Amino acid sequence: MKAVRTILFAWAALLALLGLTIAASFAPLGHALPFVSYGVAFAKTGIVAWIFMELRVRDGLQRIALGAGFVWLAILFTLLFADNLTRGWPA
Amino acid sequence: MAEVSRPQPQFPTLARQREADHLGMLIFLTTEVLIFGGLFAALFVLRAEHSAEYVKSSKGMHLWLGGINTAVLLTSSAMVALMVEAVRAGRARLAKWLLMGAIALGLAFLAIKFTEYALEYRDGVVPRLSPGNLQGGPDALFMDLYFAATGLHALHVAAGLVLLGSLIWPFGAARSDSSAAFAGNAALYWHLVDVIWLFLYPTLYLAR
Repeated sequence: MKAVRTILFAWAALLALLGLTIAASFAPLGHALPFVSYGVAFAKTGIVAWIFMELRVRDGLQRIALGAGFVWLAILFTLLFADNLTRGWPA
Repeated sequence: MAEVSRPQPQFPTLARQREADHLGMLIFLTTEVLIFGGLFAALFVLRAEHSAEYVKSSKGMHLWLGGINTAVLLTSSAMVALMVEAVRAGRARLAKWLLMGAIALGLAFLAIKFTEYALEYRDGVVPRLSPGNLQGGPDALFMDLYFAATGLHALHVAAGLVLLGSLIWPFGAARSDSSAAFAGNAALYWHLVDVIWLFLYPTLYLAR
């Protein structure tokens, strides 16, 4: 029954975070908004992965297997932004 | 899938076989992450290059329908997580009800999604199809990527629904799989589809 309580608690937290991210999109956050939006998205992903996908009870190899996809994405985005966000910089 | 009491010949123990099952599923899911990663990369470049047009297009999205769909998908994921616990506890009837609830919510997600497509057609923002005012440029590119990303995601939702449905019939995993090996893997897929939407939502609907 403890697992059921954990899942229900995670579900409530996820809906609260959804409310937060919608509210933040109406707040005058300017350039900080993407950081809030994606911060909340990563927090939600953490809850889904840790509780729903049961990474909390998996061994290290399985955690690495799922994490690997995000590591490759991080490489893609780092190289992408290194090009794209620095194009306007003086030579 | 019927309860397996003996491992396949290549595995020394059943526990090892289940571990390999899970590992295989997780590696498949990382490839899914990378498929969508390409679409996200395209969207980020579009936003970096044409920030004003991107925000304008994003403001034209039906934010509340997207928000409701996020809640629908999160709730469906929670039901699937509860279903796995029910299968483990041997409560087949409860597991079946939870599966049916999760499938109903998945269908609701698709219904809302296609309603949204219809509204966008009416709004005249479907490139090439709706008789509107989109004439190429960053606005049309945003909508192209929107339909590619959400369309591919909807396809994954449909595949997930078939997978969840197969746990009720014909495989009846909810009835006879006390280790929840197959049910656990189907659940992993459903949760990943949920995670992808968690990033699509702020990227497409909440850019301001």
